[in-house]
Amino acid sequence: MSGDHIGAIRPRPGDLSALRIDEALVRKMLVSFLRNETSKFGLKRVVLGLSGGVDSATVAALAVEAFGPASVTALFTPYRTSSDASRRDAEATAARFGLRLEVVEISAQVDAYFAANGGDVADRVRVGNKMARERKSIEYDRSWPDGLVLGTSNKTELLLGYGTQFGDMACALNPVGDLYKTQLRELAAHLGVPDAVLRKPPTADLWSGQTDEGELGFTYAEADLILYHLVDRRLRVDELIAAGFDERLVRRIREMMRRSHFKRVMPLIAKVSLRTVGHDFLYPRDWESD
Amino acid sequence: MKVAIAQCAPALGALKRNTALHLDWIARARAAGAALVVFPELSLTGYYLKDLAADLACAPGDALLAPLAEASRDIDVSAGFVERAADARLHIAQGYWSRGALRHVHRKVYLPTYGIFDDGRYFAQGERFEVFESATGPAGIAICEDVWHMSTPYLYASAGATVLIAASASPGRGVAEGGDLGTAESCHLMNRFYAQYLTLAVIYANRVGHEDGIAFWGGSEVVAPDGTVLARAPQFDETLLVAEVDPAQTVRERVRNPLLRDERPDLVLAHLARRVGLPVPS
Repeated sequence: MSGDHIGAIRPRPGDLSALRIDEALVRKMLVSFLRNETSKFGLKRVVLGLSGGVDSATVAALAVEAFGPASVTALFTPYRTSSDASRRDAEATAARFGLRLEVVEISAQVDAYFAANGGDVADRVRVGNKMARERKSIEYDRSWPDGLVLGTSNKTELLLGYGTQFGDMACALNPVGDLYKTQLRELAAHLGVPDAVLRKPPTADLWSGQTDEGELGFTYAEADLILYHLVDRRLRVDELIAAGFDERLVRRIREMMRRSHFKRVMPLIAKVSLRTVGHDFLYPRDWESD
Repeated sequence: MKVAIAQCAPALGALKRNTALHLDWIARARAAGAALVVFPELSLTGYYLKDLAADLACAPGDALLAPLAEASRDIDVSAGFVERAADARLHIAQGYWSRGALRHVHRKVYLPTYGIFDDGRYFAQGERFEVFESATGPAGIAICEDVWHMSTPYLYASAGATVLIAASASPGRGVAEGGDLGTAESCHLMNRFYAQYLTLAVIYANRVGHEDGIAFWGGSEVVAPDGTVLARAPQFDETLLVAEVDPAQTVRERVRNPLLRDERPDLVLAHLARRVGLPVPS
């Protein structure tokens, strides 16, 4: 009987053992997910953005295993401020998994939009959001007519709301959205993601010098452990604090989850009729025909 | 005697396509020499039906189910469908076809309505645990959550069942903390426990495939009345699992391990009657 770990909840700051996964098992589940959720609609091709980071590299590895490299369209979509390191890492990832990396520059259209609309690009978050949505609109364009766009947001980003709604968060299928960053890195190493990608500090590369952990003010390891116990194991904030977790950090992460919840659900529809999309017209997404 | 489990991946909402798929699996089980082939929960419709439940429901006598009856002339078949009862209630049902006709229907009693489950929103509860004669001896059918309630196999065993047919659509989840899937460990534990301590054979048919992002983990198995796993299918892959079962083993095991003989259902009943405020049977 190997199930002794089930039910044993021992929240300890710094003890990441709770986040351990069986990489081979998760790999099998995710490859099977990708194959199943495309083939049942007669689709065999996917599109994803390769940013040079570990999340999209992991999704690329899973997609290549599921469909073969010829059926995976990998896009690198740099803006003029994007770092050379991102491009090198995206190229290394593509080479590692046998993908041809297509480069689509987005500077001209992003700059043209802001130039035509007041020219004010002082707010880097606004520019970053525009870049993220521009990239996604290109991925969706490239998915027509027979492909699906794969998402690369991990569970940590989704729960913290650390992403752009309808930008990097948008997709048809997301194989890694239920893996915390710490778990995703473990899977990435198992899948053979290049070392340089595994080791570099996570960044959205929306502006020069940006890093996720610098912007968030805490590490993924800290956030993942807190989120795992709050979400997966349903512990309360006060229980984590009593177990020795930093009170300010636990409360802050809980609040980030609450404030970003709108990003994780479908848009609200005002109900006026007897049967309404999203409220009581409830068909499965995988609604198949005879 | 050989029994087979069709660890398959039904299409969600495609009754006719799934029926054709069943006929293929039945033919394969027949070719393998099986006397019985068991399909998972809601094998004819898929599991996460939501509003599709009402669209796909049919009465046990519906012509849509006739191909299964026809296919059961020389091999017994147990498969899952949405039953529309005479009073229009919808049930998650598992039928048992034999010698060209539907012989028994079990309606899922325990409808999980928590976590990733919403059965209670769309379906009505079954209200009976009836033992019937199967190819492998007196049997009781449990559908997924029914198995997790230990009273289900207990009631069947106390009513004379020597076989528990467990049809499941169990979603795989719980990958953290380094181990196997949490659900897989729990189900294998239950199957072995019930088999050994109720001295009955457990035929556990779980499905594979994905629905709306949720993976059904498979791992179907046949467990002997002494708790030995006779055969187990891999996780996540479609498999026709065939196991050799020996009905005489139940007889031997119940002599060696007479727990059921010594069980005191009268005491259980008296305790429960007092607990729920019913007259205590004398």
